[in-house]
Amino acid sequence: MNKLTQRIDKERLLLGIAAPLLALVAALVVTALVILATGKNPGAAFSEMGSYGVASDSQVYILNKATTYYLAGVAVAIGFRMNLFNIGVDGQYRLAAFIAAVLGGALTAPGWIAIPLIILCAMATGALWAAIAGFLKVTRGVSEVISTIMLNAIATSIIAYLLQPGKLAELDAAGTTVLTHPLPKSSYFFSIDTGPAGVLWGFLFVAVIVGIAYWFVLGRTRFGFDLRTVGQSETAAAASGVGVKKMVATSMLISGAVAGLIGMPTLLNDSHTFSNDFPTGIGFTGIAIALLGRNHPIGIALGALLWGFLERTTNHLEFEGYDKEILGVIQGVIVLCVVIAYEVVRRYGLKRQQQRVGAELAAQAAATTKKQEVA
Amino acid sequence: MKILYGMQQPDEGTITVDGSQVTFHNPADAIARGIGMVHQHFMLADNLTVLENVVLGAEKLYGIGAKARAKIQEISDAYGLNVRPDVLVEQLGVADRQRVEILKVLYRGARTLILDEPTAVLVPQEVDALFDNLRELKAEGLTVIFISHKLGEVLSVADEITVIRRGTTVGTADPKTTTTKQLAELMVGSELPTPETEESTVTDVPLLQVEGLHLTQTDLDGVERVILDDIDFTIHKGEVLGIAGVEGNGQSELVEAIMGIRTPDAGVITLDGAEISQLPTRRRRESGVGYIPEDRHRHGLLLEAPLWENRILGHVTERPNSRGGLLDLKAARADTERIVEAYDVRTPGIEVTAASLSGGNQQKLIVGREMSHEPKLLIAAHPTRGVDVGAQAAIWDHIREARREGLAVLLISADLDELIGLSDTLRVMYRGRLVADADPATITPEELGSAMTGAASGHLEHPEQTEDDDR
Repeated sequence: MNKLTQRIDKERLLLGIAAPLLALVAALVVTALVILATGKNPGAAFSEMGSYGVASDSQVYILNKATTYYLAGVAVAIGFRMNLFNIGVDGQYRLAAFIAAVLGGALTAPGWIAIPLIILCAMATGALWAAIAGFLKVTRGVSEVISTIMLNAIATSIIAYLLQPGKLAELDAAGTTVLTHPLPKSSYFFSIDTGPAGVLWGFLFVAVIVGIAYWFVLGRTRFGFDLRTVGQSETAAAASGVGVKKMVATSMLISGAVAGLIGMPTLLNDSHTFSNDFPTGIGFTGIAIALLGRNHPIGIALGALLWGFLERTTNHLEFEGYDKEILGVIQGVIVLCVVIAYEVVRRYGLKRQQQRVGAELAAQAAATTKKQEVA
Repeated sequence: MKILYGMQQPDEGTITVDGSQVTFHNPADAIARGIGMVHQHFMLADNLTVLENVVLGAEKLYGIGAKARAKIQEISDAYGLNVRPDVLVEQLGVADRQRVEILKVLYRGARTLILDEPTAVLVPQEVDALFDNLRELKAEGLTVIFISHKLGEVLSVADEITVIRRGTTVGTADPKTTTTKQLAELMVGSELPTPETEESTVTDVPLLQVEGLHLTQTDLDGVERVILDDIDFTIHKGEVLGIAGVEGNGQSELVEAIMGIRTPDAGVITLDGAEISQLPTRRRRESGVGYIPEDRHRHGLLLEAPLWENRILGHVTERPNSRGGLLDLKAARADTERIVEAYDVRTPGIEVTAASLSGGNQQKLIVGREMSHEPKLLIAAHPTRGVDVGAQAAIWDHIREARREGLAVLLISADLDELIGLSDTLRVMYRGRLVADADPATITPEELGSAMTGAASGHLEHPEQTEDDDR
């Protein structure tokens, strides 16, 4: 009997890997066709991407990008596990990064006080912004999809209003960009200088810690079990004694708090200020990455790395004479394929398991009747 | 059954209708061949009229106007279905809805009707009316496939009986010469279990007391409806209190109020001397309430989670599932193995999803889980609904066992034999009130059935008494 459970486990693992692999292969095929259609050679493009992507400076770049993307993926995945579609991650992290940047620029405290304060401020801002959507959902039944989209737009407007010289921002020395008062040197997050390959952001370690915490809380704690229960079946959760509404509100808060971290690698390790060209749209990237990684902490990491890799290498392709829009095509196709492949594999797996259980039980029954006959 | 209606494709084998071999890829194919199905769970839109429900999806046949109405009237008259086309479905009772379902199928030109457990939700009088309808259909030359686990009904209505066990045909029988017992033995392959309790274990220690429970609900139109009205009862240690009633008369809400899933407007619930009326569901469970929900898929299981996670469900704060705030996966897995063994859950392992188990085995897992936390009170809502006969006997045994160990059991069921067989005390629920009580030792299903339709109240006994004593 033990052997069989192991086999099912192995099969489940195989099925788990099958879906993203299937999606990637399909995406490669579609991308190849698109490159062909533009009159270029896809083989050359792929090998160019491969060789450029593994270069050491590319590796550092990809890791830095992936740090941000990973946090975004986790923020979205927390909602997904709960059956909440937190589209508002985008607005949450931008507002959080902006407020944190303003606070960081104003602080004169030593780094060991200022850095945690900045991070906490960002998490609190993200959580509060998400809490609006959570509150509306719990009390008035407003779909979080609608409210977070609205909140994204509102966040954009608030930032645009406050990010003006004389309000919470200033003009830089050259007089071309509007930015918040830059963080003092002491508030820079530590980073690792890898020489010619570039500087590796120290926030990578925070992302790893967030990933471990995500895995531990969901898989090993009572709270995580309750959260997953609500995500799988609200009715069963209510009957089992989970306060569904409280859980919805709480997970929205946590999702928002993690979303608040998204802007931190850039702010503390790179830009040290919030300006008009602070990266936008990472919340949506996070949705794609959470989908790609099946909400699994390691899956999300792989997804984030893949995204970083694609960005780095397609940027390079542009210099080689390919169209830069290839990036969007590849990413879009991957996400589409992933969603389809997961559903296909999930249904297949469920059906297959039912058949196995049936077959096993039939075999057991046959064995007992045989024994009886012998006896 | 699903294959006959085109919902699933067979691996091999053939279906022959009217002498010609056919394959069905979807229900539409089956309908085109004159096969119609009346599902166990009705598929009607409450906010539409009977006419609209019938023509929905079949607008091409007779349009949606006068012609359709005439056709409905014609079918209704021809088979004595007594359907009123302009009434809203939400105003209809269960039996009327079932007739609408049958009419829907006939309207689409079905010559072969499949009825899946059609009597599960009906009281005996309504069953008789249904059988009259079926005989009309038969007289008009239609074929009826009647699927049921109630043997007496099969014997009384069928012309030929086929017994299926574990997916294969085990035999056919002629209803004129077969007895219920023979048929049952054919079904289980051995001696038939009956839901008889042994000598009474009722003590005079009250365990669950419900007083003045009142619940109203405002529906979408803003009309306030009374769901539960002045519910009073006491269950003692070692007592099984059975609640009979046609579904939808407040039983589900009563259970949810006791579990704390719904908040009643008034009333006091006392468990073992401590008031629990204000406690949240989890605290109630922790203080010793075991709960077998009526819809195990919606309320009792996480279908896509492995069995051991389902073992944790509902008892996540209790040992062996967790220590402090942390889950104890190893202990939970080990305990799941124990439940699977002790409660005879037929599964190849505890890593399979709950969805891949059969209904009976899912239910055995739930019973095992709920009995593993030393409950004082067991709430069993339709504990044997949709489970095979073997699992049914096992679940009855567990309920009897619980009673012997001094648990108080609240049993809600639509299966009157089960209620009469297991209960020490019977109450009848009608329109949110406990209208009658009866002694299971003397009552017959027919008498209980008439009380369930509101025809009788008070204390039910052969020589009719009207005092409502609370025993």
